[in-house]
Amino acid sequence: MLRYIARRLLWAVALLFIVMAVIFVIFNVLPTADPAQLRAGRGASVEQIEAIRQSYGLDDPIYVRFARYVEGVVTEFDLGTSIFQNNAPVRDIIFDRLPATLMLTLGAVILWLAIAIPVGVISAIRRRSLLDRTTMIATLTLISAPVFWLGLVALYLFAQDVGLISIFPGIGAYSEATTFMGKVSAMILPWIVLASATAAIYARYIRSQMIEVMSEDYIRTARAKGVPEGLVVRRHGLRSALTPVVTLLGIDIGVLLAGNAILTETVFNIPGIGGELASAIGQSDYELIQGIVLFGAFFIVILSLIVDILYAYLDPRVRYT
Amino acid sequence: MSAAQRQHLLSVSGLTVTFQTDAGELRAVDGLSFDLRPGEILGIVGESGSGKSVANLSILGLTRGPDTTISGRADFDGRDLITLDEEELRELRGNRISMIFQDPLSSLHPFYTVGKQLIEAIQVHRDVRKEEAAERAAQLLEMVGIPDARRRLDEYPHEFSGGMRQRAMIAMALANEPDVLIADEPTTALDVTTQAQILGLIKELRDRLGMAVIMITHDLGVIAEVADRVLVMYAGRAVESAPLDALFYDPQHPYTWGLLGSITRMDRPRAAKLAQIKGQPPSPLALPTGCKFRPRCPHAFDRCAIEPPLEPRAGDPAHADRCWLSPDEKRAKRVVEGGEIGLEAA
Repeated sequence: MLRYIARRLLWAVALLFIVMAVIFVIFNVLPTADPAQLRAGRGASVEQIEAIRQSYGLDDPIYVRFARYVEGVVTEFDLGTSIFQNNAPVRDIIFDRLPATLMLTLGAVILWLAIAIPVGVISAIRRRSLLDRTTMIATLTLISAPVFWLGLVALYLFAQDVGLISIFPGIGAYSEATTFMGKVSAMILPWIVLASATAAIYARYIRSQMIEVMSEDYIRTARAKGVPEGLVVRRHGLRSALTPVVTLLGIDIGVLLAGNAILTETVFNIPGIGGELASAIGQSDYELIQGIVLFGAFFIVILSLIVDILYAYLDPRVRYT
Repeated sequence: MSAAQRQHLLSVSGLTVTFQTDAGELRAVDGLSFDLRPGEILGIVGESGSGKSVANLSILGLTRGPDTTISGRADFDGRDLITLDEEELRELRGNRISMIFQDPLSSLHPFYTVGKQLIEAIQVHRDVRKEEAAERAAQLLEMVGIPDARRRLDEYPHEFSGGMRQRAMIAMALANEPDVLIADEPTTALDVTTQAQILGLIKELRDRLGMAVIMITHDLGVIAEVADRVLVMYAGRAVESAPLDALFYDPQHPYTWGLLGSITRMDRPRAAKLAQIKGQPPSPLALPTGCKFRPRCPHAFDRCAIEPPLEPRAGDPAHADRCWLSPDEKRAKRVVEGGEIGLEAA
């Protein structure tokens, strides 16, 4: 088991190195805007641009610059500075934005699992029943609904300021909230909006997994043993049906933490990673974009590492070698 | 006391199972009747789709569902299993009547240790502590011939060999000392030497524990090895029912001749070509009228347009079949070249 984890860790490190190389190539080798010129601003003279280029070491050979970049990231997690935010370190900007994204993501994950597991299981067991058909149509609708539209509808219906039934805090409530509970209630609508489409996808996935698993031979064995049907479903069926969901969940959490909650964050004006990435792209703030992308890749690699280890624990047929 | 007078442990009569499918009504079992006596091994032989598995799963209520209709009777211990509700059946399953299956790898849960699955089988029916159940589980594994049982309780099914897995399945089925063990093709997925060991084990355990066994198989070799009595199934019904020797030496139904003619035998010179029954078994969605074997039978005549009932025709009350031919005609027609029993001369 330890050897397996060690091997996985090494692989994760190698993967991160490759990710850094790819990001570096994209932002430094492929033709983008000249960073020295960007820093110098409009109307700068050639000498000024050249001076900036030298002071930032941008005239060094490419491998020297890459080595310096890797060294900065590894030793002090230096992701560069944002020229549009008074040269604030990108690392600090990300850490500043991370709590909101974390809170949004984790709350949404809990919500969508709490909806998707019971819906998926019940519609699998009661296949072709009215309940199954209704929920499957509902999930299809939710999957098809774009998040920004769903967000606006949610605000229109429930937001305290503009909503028809004003019960939940609306746009910008997260930034204004000072207490933790205030932030939690500000997150209710965003959680629902972010979770709904994913809950629908998961419900369908769990349903199809569950239908497949419940026709397995070992389910028949459990029934032939005299195991009560409720236990057959939970102990024998659900355990198998949910194991592949772990893989899906790892990727989805990673992607959301990497800034993919961008639409929800934008609609509700939540100061998270996604919103930051959106404005960085709008301003061509390359170092900030580069930092957020690397940070996101870091999350995805870490989560897939966790998934691999967890999977080996959940499915004993996976070898720890 | 003669065999016929002994009381029946399980008595199935007129069992009919139909499934509602997209292609129409599928009658998998049609009016099946048989009796099981305490301590005997009843072999049920037939091709895939002959209804032998469905019949036995249905007795235990394991085919119940919105698209299934089960009728007939299955009397066990003074109760009709067909009319019992799910909870009453559940109490019997794995307790008084157990079942083992064809592929022991897919029949065991891959995520739980063998010990955990054995303990579950015990605790579902008995109010015992986990330690006690674990102790019993180890004894069960020892009983079915798994060495180092205590250590192997903590292993997963994929760490067992095929034969060991089927032994573990048998241990699990016998956990609560059932009266009946239904073995659904228990050796089909195993190699030949392991097959013989598993069959030997089942026989030995029957002798030791005194349970009755229903051995479902498509392999007459397995039947010859273990069965006391045999039921031959075709198209969802029994076409012949006989004591073991009578089936092999005086088979009455042409389908049985075909089955006997198509097995390879080490004690006879090898035939140039292995005999086979021409044609395909009928689709359960569109069964022929009259005798169901008629379209494939070289000896069919006009009377076969009416399906013969299963009744004793060969003089022995324990030997019944569904064929209109007289016993003398049968004896004359079934012999093929070389004196062997077969469906028709090659």
